[in-house]
Amino acid sequence: MPKKVGIEVSLAVSEAVCAADVDVIPAYPVTPQTHIVEHLSELVADGELDAEFMPVESEHSAMSACIGAAAVGARTFTATSAPGLALMHEIVFIAPSLRTPIVMVIANRALSGPISIWNDHSDIMAQRDCGWIQTFAENGQEVFDLIIHAFRVAEDPEVLLPMIVNMDGFTLSHVIEPIELLSASEVSQYLKPFEPQLVLDPKNPVTMGPVGVPELYTEARQQAESVLNGSKKVIVRAWKEFAKLYGRSYKPIETYRTEGAEVVLMTMGSVTETAMTAVDRMREKGIEVGLMRFRLWRPFPHEEFRRAVRGIKALAVVDRAISFGAQGGPVCSKVKSALYGAPYQPQVFGFISGLGGRDITVEMFKQMVKKAIRYAKKGEGPVYELIGVRER
Amino acid sequence: MTETALRDFKKFTRESLPRVEVLAQGHRACQGCGEILALRMALKAMGKNIIVASATGCMEIVTSSYPQTAWEVPWIHVAFENAAAVASGIESGRKALMRKGRLRKQRITVVAMAGDGGTADIGIQALSGALERGHDFVYICLDNEAYMNTGIQRSSATPYGAMTTTSPPGKLSIGQRTWKKNVPAIAAAHTIPYVATASPAYYLDLMNKAKKAAMIKGPAYLHLFSPCPTGWRLAPERTVEISRLAVQTNVFPLYEVVDGRYIITKKIKRPKPVEEYLKLQGRFRHLDNKTIRQIQVRVDKEYDLLVQKAGLTETQEESKHN
Amino acid sequence: MAKVDAITGWRNLEIGCAITEPGSSRKLKTGDWRSQRPVTDYDKCIKCGLCWIYCPDMVYSPTRDGYFKWNGDYCKGCGICAHECPKDAITMIMEGE
Repeated sequence: MPKKVGIEVSLAVSEAVCAADVDVIPAYPVTPQTHIVEHLSELVADGELDAEFMPVESEHSAMSACIGAAAVGARTFTATSAPGLALMHEIVFIAPSLRTPIVMVIANRALSGPISIWNDHSDIMAQRDCGWIQTFAENGQEVFDLIIHAFRVAEDPEVLLPMIVNMDGFTLSHVIEPIELLSASEVSQYLKPFEPQLVLDPKNPVTMGPVGVPELYTEARQQAESVLNGSKKVIVRAWKEFAKLYGRSYKPIETYRTEGAEVVLMTMGSVTETAMTAVDRMREKGIEVGLMRFRLWRPFPHEEFRRAVRGIKALAVVDRAISFGAQGGPVCSKVKSALYGAPYQPQVFGFISGLGGRDITVEMFKQMVKKAIRYAKKGEGPVYELIGVRER
Repeated sequence: MTETALRDFKKFTRESLPRVEVLAQGHRACQGCGEILALRMALKAMGKNIIVASATGCMEIVTSSYPQTAWEVPWIHVAFENAAAVASGIESGRKALMRKGRLRKQRITVVAMAGDGGTADIGIQALSGALERGHDFVYICLDNEAYMNTGIQRSSATPYGAMTTTSPPGKLSIGQRTWKKNVPAIAAAHTIPYVATASPAYYLDLMNKAKKAAMIKGPAYLHLFSPCPTGWRLAPERTVEISRLAVQTNVFPLYEVVDGRYIITKKIKRPKPVEEYLKLQGRFRHLDNKTIRQIQVRVDKEYDLLVQKAGLTETQEESKHN
Repeated sequence: MAKVDAITGWRNLEIGCAITEPGSSRKLKTGDWRSQRPVTDYDKCIKCGLCWIYCPDMVYSPTRDGYFKWNGDYCKGCGICAHECPKDAITMIMEGE
């Protein structure tokens, strides 16, 4: 087993891409994703990774070039953050439609405006319905592992969909963590070379991306939807195999001290570690609180979620983005809709916090839990609340 | 460098025109479409050992309406503004896979194609990026001087005075009020090995330029004059005639820029008045004599500049050799 | 010209709705757009091939004896061939005449 090394998480991302022997990396710098592409360009410059590093002129072209490269059968990677992701928006939706298994890391950052380089989830939430498989990492090790996993799942002949690995900008991307880096040869046991089903090749000419006439479009969307939903079993299978080979096991939803919990916090990404501390401290004081987090966000793990909430009285869902005008955050909305008609339905209270780089502290998590307990007892609470906003 | 690459270049002649068709019959281009005609000629010259990345536009919809395709070669459409970026990904992907021994080593011409809107306006950033990065590909701009696919809206390549649905003549308007953007000059400013303009009326010239563009290593840019009977209010049988007149009036001069050196490939000794070109097209019908004179002055001035560029660099070449 | 053959279930679609039969547009007989058609007078024809090279619809094909044969299946009747013929060997006539 490889030893753990202290490494900046962004550099670990690049090392994962290198271990996956990626062929093409179209990339454009954007804070806080920059260290990833800087290190990748170094790895290519030093001959450690045999790939085409394409310093494209925009993220829109980065995603376009990813599609072109994947369409000839190249293993393709890019990384971006909020403004870049927003700029590539149009093309992000086309990649799954063309079934190009691109892997992209998002160093999550707040969308403008006002302009903010700091972390929240508004960038990815604006793309949540784009048809990509989407996972969220909690720490550096998970980022590394989820990237390797992403290539495996994306390129699976049953899937052939692009995949996004989310990691929090700065709070994850720029911190040094002890990470077990798998080498290319270790990864090769898990990740075989990409064998595309259809490629652009003069010997066997195919037309990719024809006009979606009304007689086709609905069926085309159904294909994309069906493959995305069906990918869950491949995702889970690939995690099981990962655990067998490397000893670290992953699931679509993780729970922490949820047994007998009155209230369960729901989080995504790196704030989970702070939330765990809050849970531990409250449990010490006898408050029956637990924690649940989504690792898999799309396809949404409906069955796993419904199973996980059984017996829980109330959920305190933490959103790191506002769904403007919808009265809440996107995660909370999804959670509520996932519970509609479910045999067991906990009460759900939405909290929005940690926007644009503002920390969510242990105290803030405690505050959310206390509020949720109070609302649950009363049987009602506000539709949603911003936690940590100054009124005056 | 480009001259070495073209050492083995053999011109097509009337007798040696390639029989190959890269596009199949049954495409849905309008009657007398000059755009698909120019495209057909360029593709014939390049042959079937190509991969095409197409922008959204007339050529995309008339050739790829599901479930039929007019393409006999691998072809991909992703979006409107990114044909050059997609092509650069294709080229880079193949390069990496060939180097890593996962794809048989073989030179395939990667072609990006777009209309004037997809090139001069929305696609110019992706085009500039791909040219600057030096990918080995051919970019074809099929210039029909407006957004025809969406219903004849003006682009920055629409000529001065032309009527389009967003540059209508009126009490306060003469039609398009800006002069055509010079995209070949912008392409040439990237110091790429090869830039050329061509017109389907001069089919041998067009096909030879397309063949050169495919042979040259590195980025090549072809700007093809593509009359649109529908959008220009032109009788469909006059597509080739108007392509010829555009050249004979110096409205659309034919030239190459090889390694930065301008060469006029069709010298017009006694240019015809631009009025002859304008009067066949309904899009210019509203123009008064004063505006036509203005256009004539501009056309003459631009041609002089082109001659100067061609002459100037020729003189420099001479002095270098002396 | 209706898209009857586009009507299929989603399970039958290729990956990413790709079209794997090159040149399948030949199934679309665009000749039915036409109101006029060209007729070549082979006595006047000098086999220059301009009708062939200037046709946007690839309607003419070279024959063994050097002439160019018209294919009505795809001719939209634009009239470029008749207009460009240097010997006026091609005439456009109304369909049905």
